[in-house]
Amino acid sequence: MIEVNELTKRYGDKTAVDRLSFTVHPGRVTGFLGPNGAGKTTTLRMILGLDAPTGGATTVSGVRFRGHPRGLRHVGALLDANQVHGGRSAAAHLSALARSNGIPPRRVDEVLREVGLADAATRRIGGFSLGMKQRLGIATALLGDPPVLMFDEPVNGMDPEGVLWMRRLFRRLADEGRTVFLSSHLMSEMENTADQLVVIGRGRLIAAESVRDFAARSTRLSVVVGTPLAAELAAVLTAAGASVEPEGSAGAEKLAVTGLPADRIGALALKNRIPLNELTTRTASLEEAFMELTADSVEYLAGEPR
Amino acid sequence: MTASTSVPPTASPPPVSEPAARFRDLLASEWIKMRSLRSTPWTITLTTLFVIGSAAVAALADYNKLAGSGASTREPRDFLPFDAYPAAGYLTLMLVAGSIGAVTVVSEYSSGLIRTTTVAVPARGSVVLAKAAVTAALWTVVGTAIATGSFLVSQAILNGRHAGVPITHPGVLRALVASALLAPVCALIGLGLGVLIRHSATTVLTVAFTLLMLPTIFSRSERWSADINHAMPVTAWRRLVQNWPPDPESLAYTATVPGSWIVYVLWPLIAVALAVAVVRRRDV
Repeated sequence: MIEVNELTKRYGDKTAVDRLSFTVHPGRVTGFLGPNGAGKTTTLRMILGLDAPTGGATTVSGVRFRGHPRGLRHVGALLDANQVHGGRSAAAHLSALARSNGIPPRRVDEVLREVGLADAATRRIGGFSLGMKQRLGIATALLGDPPVLMFDEPVNGMDPEGVLWMRRLFRRLADEGRTVFLSSHLMSEMENTADQLVVIGRGRLIAAESVRDFAARSTRLSVVVGTPLAAELAAVLTAAGASVEPEGSAGAEKLAVTGLPADRIGALALKNRIPLNELTTRTASLEEAFMELTADSVEYLAGEPR
Repeated sequence: MTASTSVPPTASPPPVSEPAARFRDLLASEWIKMRSLRSTPWTITLTTLFVIGSAAVAALADYNKLAGSGASTREPRDFLPFDAYPAAGYLTLMLVAGSIGAVTVVSEYSSGLIRTTTVAVPARGSVVLAKAAVTAALWTVVGTAIATGSFLVSQAILNGRHAGVPITHPGVLRALVASALLAPVCALIGLGLGVLIRHSATTVLTVAFTLLMLPTIFSRSERWSADINHAMPVTAWRRLVQNWPPDPESLAYTATVPGSWIVYVLWPLIAVALAVAVVRRRDV
């Protein structure tokens, strides 16, 4: 469990994080979304005690993280895969970290095998691809078998097979009861990976809810209807309060309907004896919802998450 | 059934069972970091060869001079400290130890590894102390090996003119210890400056300036200026190696032996204390 309460960070005149509050629960994968410069990384750094907040507080499992003398058994974190020394081997890098936390050396081999780097263990990290460094960063996070895991943009530089592997790993970690918190700007990735979302813009909270609720916020939720009697149906639906846009091509006319659910449209068509050959609910993608909500983050400021 | 997206059933998180945080684990960790960089043994080997080589060159010069002077080879000679510990070699040792000491921390800052380290060990002051302890231990061993080696090589050469002295000769042991400790003193000063500055090139430049250039600015003809000069590690080292008493006729002020030992203690102590104080307050 990660708790962030009224967290604020100012650099001179610039407010990077502005009275941010949210909770990340265990047993779920929570996505942390926001456009570039929204304050995601700054927030993660404050949770990890790397940066001191200007105001507010943050705890991990009820405790301020900086208060722990050793951290790896409490939180596993991957902030930036390049935060390693290129001159060391993967095994040496992990061994030094493991030793500092009193973690047995065999754990190094275990996590290297888990992330698929067993064969590269003795190679210098400087020669690693970004994808391999991401895997090493994940190995670092897993080293202490922690109940809370945080990853900043973990899929950067991963190949499709790697992305799939990572997605399964996050799911498994959450199913084991751990708190999994991922930052990303890749909406499509979140749609496939996360259960919950925390969305911020310009350092302020925009939304903290389930992925499904978030997508449903979009005003572009619409139903596509195909019918040979497009003009008649359009008149019926408009009369019922929907807004209708013509779509498709001549001979295969379709209507994009917003404001009425699919079952109501079907019922209205039956009542008016209009045949339908298509009735599809088009859910807005997370991408669209995100773009819409962050376009002017100030507008969505009002709602408090809890 | 109610919508329960906000409160799904969760497995309980794995419990955290943690052994006590031990400082010696941090020492072991820093030692792994130190020895896993290939540059460390190379730098140490080359520096050792260079410093001992410089002692050989200095001793050979006196060897040739003694041959030319036709001085009696029967007469017992005094210890020639700057043959065993020539400035060319030991100022280089200061520069290398100071720079490597700085690099042990600066490399973590420039690569960002310091953030990974700090997440693993949120007790930042302990990390700096562990680095300082490992750096001090490593450079004390290297410094002792170099100081002993350059003494033995220089005396072996001077023995060819019966001008060598044994290690038990008066003044030899103090010169040896001062030269051996010069390396850890400078390495710790470099480490402290590295934490304060964090930027590679600026740190190495500052280390070189502070250790080698700064003392030359302060002449020893004025009291206040001499006091500053005597507070410099390089002056302290010279005074401790020098085995003749200060010339009472000289117009220059001379550093004292106890004062020079104090300089050896205070510089690294202040550098490390400042580093610990700063890392506790600063964002990583």
